Amino acid sequence: MIVSVASGKGGTGKTSVACALAQSAGRGVCLLDCDVDEPNAAILLHPTIRESVPAAILLPVVDDAKCDGCGACAKVCEYHALTVLGDRPVLFEHLCHSCGGCALACPKGAIREEPKAIGKVHVGDAGGVAFVSGELDVGEVMCPPVIRQVKARAPRGMDLIIDCPPGTACPMVASVEGSDYCVLVTEPTPFGLHDLTLAVDVVRKLGMPFGVVLNLADIGDDEVDAFCAREGIPILARIPFDRALAEAYSRGKTFVEAKPEFRTLFAGILYGIRCQGAA
Amino acid sequence: MKIAVSATGGSMSALVSEQFGRCAYFLIVDSESMRFEPVSNPATGMSGGAGPEAVRVIAAKGAEVVLTGRVGPNAENALRAAGIRLAGGASGSQTVRQAVEEYLKAAGR
Repeated sequence: MIVSVASGKGGTGKTSVACALAQSAGRGVCLLDCDVDEPNAAILLHPTIRESVPAAILLPVVDDAKCDGCGACAKVCEYHALTVLGDRPVLFEHLCHSCGGCALACPKGAIREEPKAIGKVHVGDAGGVAFVSGELDVGEVMCPPVIRQVKARAPRGMDLIIDCPPGTACPMVASVEGSDYCVLVTEPTPFGLHDLTLAVDVVRKLGMPFGVVLNLADIGDDEVDAFCAREGIPILARIPFDRALAEAYSRGKTFVEAKPEFRTLFAGILYGIRCQGAA
Repeated sequence: MKIAVSATGGSMSALVSEQFGRCAYFLIVDSESMRFEPVSNPATGMSGGAGPEAVRVIAAKGAEVVLTGRVGPNAENALRAAGIRLAGGASGSQTVRQAVEEYLKAAGR
């Protein structure tokens, strides 16, 4: 079973919820930190990292001796990562999606693809929870390839809890894609509701079942509740605004470490998801 | 010398566009005769890579200098690769004609 934890708005408690779910799941669970721009599940789970491997993408390299500047590579590039300036193609590597189309299109065979490391994937263990996390290097922009390499490192046969990046763009889609269920964490504020509605649109397009965890549930307004009731979206849990949780968080402790009774709540969420027919 | 100016319209009295890659027009101005050619910028609506594409367009028109407000990092690299000099910091409250005259005066022409 693969459960992704996403949100739309940042700072609603995705990582807190994902870590609590992983710690409440019992045996054979792995947490994947796919928020590769700002991975922070390790701050709460304190994993021991066994192995760190580079995450690389393929970039085209033009052989100037073979290239005649015909521009076939630039023409085929959907992302305009190659532009012929003067009489040679110039690569704008941050625009490149590593599709390899340019190398196929070049009639002179002047383009080959070479790997470039843009981040790292860390693999380890956090007290019975297997742990894989991605980290995009400073100055790099392509999150999805690093996210896919994190997912490729997930141990076989385990349940996966995926801590997703905020937002609703490519990195969020790359993280949520392929899940059996998506948990959307939000807060009862106009901003939380606004970005929740965007995230709901994305998850519906991806065609997977989903529900909402309402964090800081006893403050703010009632608009998220009203929205969920109107749209028929289940509210899986309400986490109160509680100073004890905030203090624990500030010391790098998870929800269930702060309040062991939460284990029942989060295990219940996972049980409910499993009963809904997920693998 | 041919000067490319990012502009909001297709004439010398149009205001300068402070945006480079997604400006509406480039005016390719001949500094000797002050004759100009307006070029509609095909990169305006591109979701990504507008800067390099805009550079390709003005390079194909023979521009040696570009007057504009700001350029992004991709456009800056593309200008360097194309050998086009960047004169940034132009104000959107100037007309294209004023910007060109000011540039030529500062360049001592």
